[in-house]
Amino acid sequence: MSQATSTPAPGAVQVRTDREVHDDALHADRLLEGGWELIVGLEVHVELDTATKLFSASPNRFGDDPNTNIDPVTLGLPGALPVLNKHAVELAMRIGAALNCTIQACTFHRKNYFYPDMPKAYQISQYDQPLNVDGFLDLPNGVRIGVERAHLEEDTGKSTHVGGSGGRIHGSDYSLIDFNRAGVPLVEIVSRPDIRTSEEARQYVTELRAILVAVGASDAKMEEGSMRCDANVSVHKPGTPFGTRCEIKNVNSVRSLGRAIDYEARRQIAMIEAGETVRQETRHWDENDGRTHTLRTKEDADDYRYFLEPDLVPLEPSAQWIAEVREALPLLPGARRARLGELTAMAPDSEAIMVVVERGQDEYVEAVGHLGGDIGRAVVHVKEAFAEQGSEPAVPATDLALLTKLEVSGKLTATQAKTVLAELVANGGGDAEAIAAAKGFEAMDTSALEAMVDQAIAAQPDAWAKYCAGEGKAMGALVGAVMKASQGKADGKIVTALLEQKKG
Amino acid sequence: MSGAPAPQAATAAAIAAQVRSGALKAVDVVEQHLARIDAREGEIHAFNLVMADQARAAAAAIDARVAAGEQVGPLAGVPIALKDNMCTRGVPTTCSSKILDGWRPPYDATVVTKLAEAGAIVIGKTNLDEFAMGSSTENSGFGPTRNPHDTSRVPGGSSGGSAAAVAAGFSAVSLGSDTGGSIRQPAALCGVVGVKPTYGYVSRYGLIAFASSLDQIGPFATTVEDAALVLDAIGGHDAHDSTSIPESHPSLVDVLDRGVEGLRVGRITDLPEGADPDVVERLEAAFDALRAAGATIVDVEVPAFGYALTAYYLIAPAEASSNLARFDGVRFGLRVDSPDTNSMYSATRAAGFGEEVKRRIMLGTYALSAGYYDAYYGRALKVRKLIHDDFARAYQSADVLLTPTSPTVAFPFGAKGDNPLAMYLCDLYTIPTNLAGHPGMSVPFGTGADGLPVGVQILAGTLDEPTMFRVGAALERAAASEGSRP
Repeated sequence: MSQATSTPAPGAVQVRTDREVHDDALHADRLLEGGWELIVGLEVHVELDTATKLFSASPNRFGDDPNTNIDPVTLGLPGALPVLNKHAVELAMRIGAALNCTIQACTFHRKNYFYPDMPKAYQISQYDQPLNVDGFLDLPNGVRIGVERAHLEEDTGKSTHVGGSGGRIHGSDYSLIDFNRAGVPLVEIVSRPDIRTSEEARQYVTELRAILVAVGASDAKMEEGSMRCDANVSVHKPGTPFGTRCEIKNVNSVRSLGRAIDYEARRQIAMIEAGETVRQETRHWDENDGRTHTLRTKEDADDYRYFLEPDLVPLEPSAQWIAEVREALPLLPGARRARLGELTAMAPDSEAIMVVVERGQDEYVEAVGHLGGDIGRAVVHVKEAFAEQGSEPAVPATDLALLTKLEVSGKLTATQAKTVLAELVANGGGDAEAIAAAKGFEAMDTSALEAMVDQAIAAQPDAWAKYCAGEGKAMGALVGAVMKASQGKADGKIVTALLEQKKG
Repeated sequence: MSGAPAPQAATAAAIAAQVRSGALKAVDVVEQHLARIDAREGEIHAFNLVMADQARAAAAAIDARVAAGEQVGPLAGVPIALKDNMCTRGVPTTCSSKILDGWRPPYDATVVTKLAEAGAIVIGKTNLDEFAMGSSTENSGFGPTRNPHDTSRVPGGSSGGSAAAVAAGFSAVSLGSDTGGSIRQPAALCGVVGVKPTYGYVSRYGLIAFASSLDQIGPFATTVEDAALVLDAIGGHDAHDSTSIPESHPSLVDVLDRGVEGLRVGRITDLPEGADPDVVERLEAAFDALRAAGATIVDVEVPAFGYALTAYYLIAPAEASSNLARFDGVRFGLRVDSPDTNSMYSATRAAGFGEEVKRRIMLGTYALSAGYYDAYYGRALKVRKLIHDDFARAYQSADVLLTPTSPTVAFPFGAKGDNPLAMYLCDLYTIPTNLAGHPGMSVPFGTGADGLPVGVQILAGTLDEPTMFRVGAALERAAASEGSRP
């Protein structure tokens, strides 16, 4: 997106990389009404799936009774000191590796601000030397979103404001604090402002979530808060500098993210078109009224007074450790879709492949292929019928392989295969051939079929004449008649072929 | 007033040896010390809390173990006082601040655990300048401590209570913390040995932080050997402190009688001026004594030495402003109720912190603020690096450096009370070592004006405590033979 990031000097030759040209093509139709372009960067916080907290031995567990997973470090008691959790570092490195980041020696800083659920009145985070930098994430359609950094930090406790309105601290009667979440390891993944539509934002978060789950870093559940997303949104006209951005907080689902971005873009465009100025501020997404509201402006933003955390030493992962983490990465969703796409000759972002890989059923589908089954048919069947099956379907791969073999060899029609498949799913497997036989799904022999085709032609001379004259629509009536006569046992493809033959 | 000398108490080494052999009962040792506390604590105010019952119980337990033939540690039966900024499970720990008045930590500092394993008996928690910020113990929220050598004078600070406790014979040894001289300066003013080890030598877990990158726990003792004995017991790696040094340390007790023959003792030729003549005279005597013991005196330069004070008063307050932010009235300690959270923070901190603490929080907050960071905190960090490098260069030509510990002997109460900058100068000679992370110790070396104790400071390179202690022991021997002369 060089066009969006810089305005070339008049007369200058703009050199674009293949990647940029490709991305631009993929970003097609991105402009909003009035010629406005949306610019979005996302900050995603994800809780790491460690046994203990980032800096103490207290359990990292969601849903326990309030203030049971605590200790002097978690509570920020006087004299307590942080000790870095090695497993958290490893998971953060996996995220960095999966997002194609450089993994580097790094330091921790203190981010100072007062809030009741922030025990030490500072958060230990990473500032100018984060663990992971300069990566990217490819959306399923091939659009590449830059990842600026993915750094480690600790979570805060959770406040519940009782009384007053809207669960906010202002105007509440009192507040309850649960420190179980305080000190839970987080990785904050900051994208570059490369996202151009709310749909891309949704795809980014969905794909990121799939990656985080695949590498075992997190369960990444937005509804439980183990994955949280803030959006930096601005609008501008292509060829001009980026507009002033607003940060949108409190977005609790992928759907809300899209809604919040669309709303915010409309709000900013309306302001600019009315001659007003967009202020840089943090805004709160309200799910109920579908709007964003000012939380704080830039002027009253905290001065965090970052400085190097003196209670920790620099974190310097060895080259060997980094290499081990990279080598141990599982195949990521993008690569799995690409592989399945290659095996099936389908587009990697086709719905069937997206769904099958998301459910983790791609290995199963590939097993069907290895067993001699038709992998293309297998993808379609698994997508359609295995929604409840998880990554290890109950139907043995050999059974599905047999079904697809019968199908491609013409022994079963698509309709019949579907019926047999339903039986396989209902029974957790079975012999497709036997089921087909029991249902009387005898493959029709071609002579019987030919007779039926002749009958259909004789019965509908008008349709036949039109068909011969090249009116494709007329074919439907003829095929339909044959299907009816055969009680659905005829293979549509063969019927079509016979009609073509007779046309001469 | 009164120049009553400290009562002649047994050393920790002697007590431990006799308790281990069964020749002396730990309970009797504790009673002797409690009796001395009874006699003079009202006058001195070394303690925020005397733990008589706990000490008696711990002593009885040691005696029982000795009677049962069990192994007891190297500090068996030795009464020790702890600066009241070290967490003791279930026992009030205040930092001499009203904001922590009555708070009982749910855990022990690592040093407390190690002392218990060594058989030491904690006899009380000692007074300090609030949150260890000060050089006279006048900044305590609970009233000042008096110098046992002259009760009209300060004991130094911030670990004034711990220094006074040892000087008055209330405990055989004690622990203090040293951020810019808070062990060495009061040790000098109270006529006892005080050691600030290499940063990371002793775990800081459970030490309530003032300035985390500078704070270090160390011992007070009447002899260099006792200081070594305590440091051997509390030193070593701690998995709870990421900044604690992983390597194990050699025993310091073992090196004390090795002498100083062949050692190069450095004189800093560009040392900032400001020490009183009586103090300078004792420093010269110390050089002479070491030369006489076989050491060579060499001249070294530490050009950045003079910038240390300024850098320190940016770095330490900056860290303190962050470290002390947790005292917000939410989870522990004082809370002054107010209609909303922000005014509760303000009211609590306004009521709970003393003037010097507030001054440093404001200084540090300012130094770290956007727009000022580079000019103040950032620049101070660069000076810190220079200081470290200058010392490292000096230690290529000298094994140890000798300086005054304090520019003056103990001063009267109120002498510097109105002038924070005059008070800050008390640590002129001690602060640079903290910034470098190196060890330093103060050893009593005779007396100066008004017959008050003078300390000489020995500085050494990273983890070179063994050489530092050898020199300390040599000075102690020289002082003893000097004192025995008619």
